[in-house]
Amino acid sequence: MTPPILQVEAYGKHFWLHEQNKLIPSSHNVSFSVSAGSLTALVGPTGVGKSSVLKGIYRTYLPSAGRILYRDAQGHVLDLVRASEHQILELRRREIGFVTQFLHCLPRQSTLDVVARPLLSLGVSRDEARQRAAEWLSAMNLPERLWSVSPATFSGGERQRVNLARGFIIKPRLLLLDEPTASLDPATAERVIGLIEGLKAEGTAMLAVFHHPEITRRLADQVVELAPLPAVEEALKDFA
Amino acid sequence: MNKILEVRGMSKIYGPGCPLCIESTGPEADTNLCPHCGSVVAIHDVSFDLFEGEILGVMGESGSGKSTVVKSLYFDQAPSGGEAIFYDRDKQYALFSLNAAQQRWLRNHRFGMVYQNPHLGLNFNISAGGNIAERLLMSDLMDYGAIRERAKTLLARTEVLLARIDDLPKHFSGGMQQRVQIAKALATQPPLLFLDEVTTGLDLSVQARILDLILEIQQELKTAMVVVTHDLGVIRLLTGRAIVMKYGRVIEAGLTDQILEDPQHAYTQRLVASAL
Ligand SMILES: Nc1ncnc2c1ncn2[C@@H]1O[C@H](COP(=O)(O)OP(=O)(O)OP(=O)(O)O)[C@@H](O)[C@H]1O
Ligand SMILES: Nc1ncnc2c1ncn2[C@@H]1O[C@H](COP(=O)(O)OP(=O)(O)O)[C@@H](O)[C@H]1O
Ligand SMILES: [Mg+2]
Ligand SMILES: [Mg+2]
Ligand SMILES: [Zn+2]
Repeated sequence: MTPPILQVEAYGKHFWLHEQNKLIPSSHNVSFSVSAGSLTALVGPTGVGKSSVLKGIYRTYLPSAGRILYRDAQGHVLDLVRASEHQILELRRREIGFVTQFLHCLPRQSTLDVVARPLLSLGVSRDEARQRAAEWLSAMNLPERLWSVSPATFSGGERQRVNLARGFIIKPRLLLLDEPTASLDPATAERVIGLIEGLKAEGTAMLAVFHHPEITRRLADQVVELAPLPAVEEALKDFA
Repeated sequence: MNKILEVRGMSKIYGPGCPLCIESTGPEADTNLCPHCGSVVAIHDVSFDLFEGEILGVMGESGSGKSTVVKSLYFDQAPSGGEAIFYDRDKQYALFSLNAAQQRWLRNHRFGMVYQNPHLGLNFNISAGGNIAERLLMSDLMDYGAIRERAKTLLARTEVLLARIDDLPKHFSGGMQQRVQIAKALATQPPLLFLDEVTTGLDLSVQARILDLILEIQQELKTAMVVVTHDLGVIRLLTGRAIVMKYGRVIEAGLTDQILEDPQHAYTQRLVASAL
């Protein structure tokens, strides 16, 4: 059996808010793994730290404890907690995708260009990148009349599809998904579920948080239940 | 990926300086003005790396030393201390040990600068095209026809109407002046570009087009850039990594999304919270 692509060991995260002089525990002692062609789902009540785990892996949050071992395309294993900023940027460019709930984009850039951009930074020509962006956008069922405008003014569901198309376009080795169908109507959600299954079949390892337990049941090969956070005193032990 | 610029311990003090300047200034002291000798410690102990094709953000409030960082690297003023190494193909240059002629050569051939104040970056007494021609001449292109053609291409690239190539910059809008500055900076296709508050003070739609242009340039030419701005939106859109400055010191450095979503330093937390 091939070893997992991602192995999270005793991951912990807390925020220290200087102004309020307050410690906010966010994840505590989280361990699990994700393998190629398989989907691991994180479940638990709101505020339990699901998004924070995804952000810690992507290094949008600086982890406070534990190890996040990632096996790259060459088979090298590195700890994402300790990897250099340039290593992280390079992995984000080539191997690790993240579909967040929010989209940051230039006010003038067309939706087509927003989606094509990750390909451009990999050296794909503009024409081909736009072509592939168009394919993903139609697969997401985003009306063609919206392709030439900026997503800045889109509805939540439209933005979400742009975000998904942009996350899927490089077919990352590891894809992090934070409530990817939360603001979609049932028919569109169904399409997105189909696309997730397709990418998984092609070998992408996925770590996801879903809004609906039923989607988790359908898509997850493995479910990780995050335990409620311990009191602040427990989180403080991470320091020791 | 290769390193293009390495800055170590760079500092700049305006004024006579005294042995107490450093300990009496900075974020802890809450000032950049030395109470003992009246000198301004504009920057102190600034260090960072920049890789080929990368965009690094320099953020911080007014007076924190952002412009001083890029002006020192572009040889507008000599720093008081520290060093910077520029890696250019198979050569490397210790920037602050070079003589004036060598510095001028790098500035004209390998670096580009877009100033916060267009009066610093453009000659207001000659036309837009003339400004670009001037830079091409400094970089040894001599043929008049070729210069004019290149100027046209650059102005078209930066979306300045070609009909206005012979107009004086003072007759241009702020957004157009910045685009002429960008065209001028790009004339020699430098591998390293410094951008100081390029979009500050412009209205939103003009800002968006300039940001867009900068990203296109970075993708097409793989230009490495240091982008100075106090606008967190610009930082998020353009940069992959950033440093945060306060009273001349770098107080935090990291991946841009991390600095904005999980800032570590008390000051950065306040800065980010106040921008929400
Ligand atoms: N020629 C000078 N003589 C004396 N002090 C100077 C000089 N140039 C800059 N300073 C001081 O150095 C400090 C840093 O200035 P700098 O222009 O680098 O700030 P900045 O971060 O770019 O600010 P802004 O966002 O307002 O452009 C300021 O306190 C400024 O007043
Ligand atoms: N950037 C942040 N700064 C401070 N606290 C945060 C931040 N992000 C998340 N938290 C806190 O961490 C905890 C877990 O949040 P989150 O991961 O978003 O939960 P979930 O996704 O499971 O609903 C919450 O208490 C939340 O308020
Ligand atoms: Mg969440
Ligand atoms: Mg300035
Ligand atoms: Zn002093």
